[in-house]
Amino acid sequence: MEFLQTIPFDQLLIQTINGIVTGMILALVASGLTLIFGIMDVVNFAHGELFMLGAYFGVIVLGATGDFWLALVAASLIIALLGAAIYLTTLRPLLGRDPLTTLLSTFGVSLGLQNYALWQFGPVARKIAEPFTGHFSLFYLDYPWYRLVIALLSAAIIGALWLFLKFGTFGIWIRATTQDRVMAQAMGIPVPWVLTVVFAIGAGMAGASGVLFGPLVGVNPTMGLDWILKTLIVVVVGGMGNLAGSIAAAIFISLLEAYAALWVSPAQAVIVSFVVLILTLLFRPTGLFASSAK
Amino acid sequence: MTRVPMQPLLAVEDIHTYYGKSHILHGVSMEVGNGEVVGLLGRNGVGKSTTLKAVAGLVHPSGGEVRFEGRPITRLPAHRVARLGVGYVPEERRIFPLLTVIENLRTGLDRHGVTTARKKELLEKVYAYFPVLAERRSQAGGTLSGGEQQMLAIARAMMLEPKIILLDEPTEGLMPRMVSQIREIIEVLHREHVAVLLVEQNVPLTLEASQRIYILEKGVVRHHAPAVELQVDDAVIHQYLGV
Repeated sequence: MEFLQTIPFDQLLIQTINGIVTGMILALVASGLTLIFGIMDVVNFAHGELFMLGAYFGVIVLGATGDFWLALVAASLIIALLGAAIYLTTLRPLLGRDPLTTLLSTFGVSLGLQNYALWQFGPVARKIAEPFTGHFSLFYLDYPWYRLVIALLSAAIIGALWLFLKFGTFGIWIRATTQDRVMAQAMGIPVPWVLTVVFAIGAGMAGASGVLFGPLVGVNPTMGLDWILKTLIVVVVGGMGNLAGSIAAAIFISLLEAYAALWVSPAQAVIVSFVVLILTLLFRPTGLFASSAK
Repeated sequence: MTRVPMQPLLAVEDIHTYYGKSHILHGVSMEVGNGEVVGLLGRNGVGKSTTLKAVAGLVHPSGGEVRFEGRPITRLPAHRVARLGVGYVPEERRIFPLLTVIENLRTGLDRHGVTTARKKELLEKVYAYFPVLAERRSQAGGTLSGGEQQMLAIARAMMLEPKIILLDEPTEGLMPRMVSQIREIIEVLHREHVAVLLVEQNVPLTLEASQRIYILEKGVVRHHAPAVELQVDDAVIHQYLGV
């Protein structure tokens, strides 16, 4: 009983909310990555840079129009188109070759985009203003409403993706292509087009996450690096290509890190996700949340 | 003499294919007429499945030509070949395991220019032929039995409203009751004027179901005859199939 009293319940609640908010953003980034991996066996190392460029396009559109929501939609669409262009020029010619070639290719794209951002926007972080600045009080804290809105919006976008995959004709095409690409072709499904669209959807989701997350941190050319690492951990822990698993893993790992930050510094708390990654690879290499939900 | 249709639906002319360095088809030629059931016999590994894949556009021959309704389709991507009206039922059935039965059917059904009424009609038609698929329509394809998966694979190809269906060993590993059901569905396709190119190990069934027979050995057609002229115990069957 005495042990229970040492747990700070107020902080526990705050960290639960923080963990879920970060987890939902992470889930949004990771679902794009895992969707792409599931259908074409490509680990897109440039995914973090698409997130970063999404944030920058958000800054630009927000600066020009002053409308955050317009910036969110516009940046997502631009990044989706950019994703399609990257797929067509650097990945499509390599499909079916050694997986190492696509790894190198996306890694090269990642470096290129990072340095483009550095050259174009400079090293100084830019700021995206929150669309609204309201707070509510949570114990001794003023907790910004915007953080809860991020979590809800991320959930809404993931929910929309799920409905699209589950019920739409195009969603059936995507799932069929993921399960058996050759048979999908034999059924008349335009597989080259499906792959391009999936890459664009994944990229657009990364772009959207960048704009949503922008107000919480500065927008800078290397912000993609932190995310790609964490996203890869989430995708591996969730089971490569498993959408539901990635979402569960994103929330699970973010919550663990948030709780760990109660006792150690946030920088040290990051170790938790690596521990989870190593344990997963040792004991459940097909993913902690392995199911057949593709 | 063997009757060859004047304007064949499908014409395969002297196709060669390679798998890596091994030469699989050494100049296969054959024809299938409109609504005709053609059997393709031969031992394992002589190139029967490869011939079907070359027609479906899943393997691109390095030489020769495949023509469908007079039009060359040799270099066409598989999805375009399918949309022209070529249904493919592979040997391993290749049901989409995590899609439900109805979703498996929708992969072929949800095409441009198919009205809702027509879709309903097509679905009702296959449900009438395969009532078990109607019962299991919300079940994942991977949970069906082998025979049910074979029916789903054929029904799925029928969703394309094909002019020809390529059937690769449809009775392999099935119980006798299922085999006679496959035999019936070939009859139904024939009645509906859908051509069938049938690859089988079951010689009696192939002779019974087909109008014409091609016998393949080592990647070339060795013999070609109307099915009525062949008997299960013919010397030519013994020679090339070793039954």
